[in-house]
Amino acid sequence: MEITATFGRFTLNRLQILGRSGIFLFSAIFQAFVPPFRIRRLIKEIEFVGSKSFLIVFVTALFTGMVLGIQGYYSLSQFGAEAALGVMVALSIIRELGPVLCALMVTGRAGSAITAEIGIMKITDQFPALEMMAIDPLKYVVSPKVLAGIISLPLLTAFFDLVGIAGGYLVGVKLLGVNEGAYLGKMVTAITFTDIYGGILKSLCFGLLITWIASFMGFTAEPTTEGVSRATTNAVVLTSLSILIVDYILTSLLL
Amino acid sequence: MIKVENLVKRYGDITVLNHLNCHFEKGKVTVILGGSGSGKTSLLRQLTGLDKPDSGSVYFNGLDLTTMGKKKLYDSRKKMGMLFQGSALFNYLNIFENIAFPLREHTKIADNIIKTIVTMKLEMVGLRGTEKLMPSQLSGGMTKRVGLARAIVMDPEIIFYDEPTSGLDPISTGVIGKLIMDLNQTLNITSVVVSHDINSCFRIADNIIILFYGDIIAEGTVEEIKNSEDLRVKQFINGEPEGPIPFTRTDKNYLDEILFD
Repeated sequence: MEITATFGRFTLNRLQILGRSGIFLFSAIFQAFVPPFRIRRLIKEIEFVGSKSFLIVFVTALFTGMVLGIQGYYSLSQFGAEAALGVMVALSIIRELGPVLCALMVTGRAGSAITAEIGIMKITDQFPALEMMAIDPLKYVVSPKVLAGIISLPLLTAFFDLVGIAGGYLVGVKLLGVNEGAYLGKMVTAITFTDIYGGILKSLCFGLLITWIASFMGFTAEPTTEGVSRATTNAVVLTSLSILIVDYILTSLLL
Repeated sequence: MIKVENLVKRYGDITVLNHLNCHFEKGKVTVILGGSGSGKTSLLRQLTGLDKPDSGSVYFNGLDLTTMGKKKLYDSRKKMGMLFQGSALFNYLNIFENIAFPLREHTKIADNIIKTIVTMKLEMVGLRGTEKLMPSQLSGGMTKRVGLARAIVMDPEIIFYDEPTSGLDPISTGVIGKLIMDLNQTLNITSVVVSHDINSCFRIADNIIILFYGDIIAEGTVEEIKNSEDLRVKQFINGEPEGPIPFTRTDKNYLDEILFD
């Protein structure tokens, strides 16, 4: 009896949080389309979530592509199919590794920072201060972040794809001597629009997921230093897990 | 200006504000005094509409803040200024941008005029020349004054001060007290100050309200409060540890709690 009650309480509690976070996201997106539009804030957030993640995405993409190049070459050469290296690298990156790894890197870099920033704003009374200035904190703080996530992630993912394929090319063609025409030519014929569309769709969802969870965790953090640090850790863990789970769901729907 | 009617606020089983009735006169400095946990910050949150009461009304210029929609509430807030206990400056903006913030958000005033307004407000709080500094580079007293400059930048009709002098040295306390009086007299701004600082309160107040665990136990001018015969008021203004206001919070018997069965 006791166990059932505890389980029930736990489930209700989680459902309540889920509901609250849903309303939170809905309000933030709704507010983004209510004037006044804060273009400057949006550009600033895109700079933070997007531009500043370029280097980390570049390095991740380059090495992922290079590793795929080596691994792919040795696996494929066992069947004498080195020529398919380009297709293998490109498909794995465009469909899966690009959106997922890119999102995970942005979670670690920007997601954690968003939670910490919002949490500290909460500790220092900046939300009531905004309220007292007749400014909706959700609209001012959260809406631009969510929009920036949705805009930045597909762009970063496209960049990741490009660098990743170049990394595979570097190792496959320049280092291991795969035919250049085969690497690029087969890739162009084998990749369909659906592959690219699927990858971009995933990155859109991940962009939303990262900024949504990070902002919500910051907003609901306990207003103490310990509370904010806990919220930041939780945000990164929860976002990373959600990305992997949502990735599976989206893949199964898309294929 | 502000009229409170039958205001009740509860957190769980604890009644923080117990059927309060009071009013805040236009152009006067009213100080809400009370010890920790007396409900004064909670009352301030109700007065500004930051929190909704369980029952009762708060009328600001004749409009009930507790029932109005968000848009109307925001319209009312544009006539209010607030100085937070921790100043609540935006730590990613410099002093100039902090003060200019409400102007940039709510008006279409040109940049050069914003600059003039910000300079004037900084001069009023005696901090001209700090425009380019970040909030973290200022002392506690100075951030309070910047917070005050930001609170008055939209020329509000009323300013709320949440513990304006807590954590400040005596001179900064005096400066803030003088600023509150100056703003009140020169700009005819109504002021509501939440404080537990008796000395500065007696210096700046026109009216005083004393809260005690959610009830108003005294209300009147400084003289009336000083001459009050109420034992709780006497204990509070004299800062006596012994008296009708208990030192311990629980009514459980101490001996019962420490002795073994």
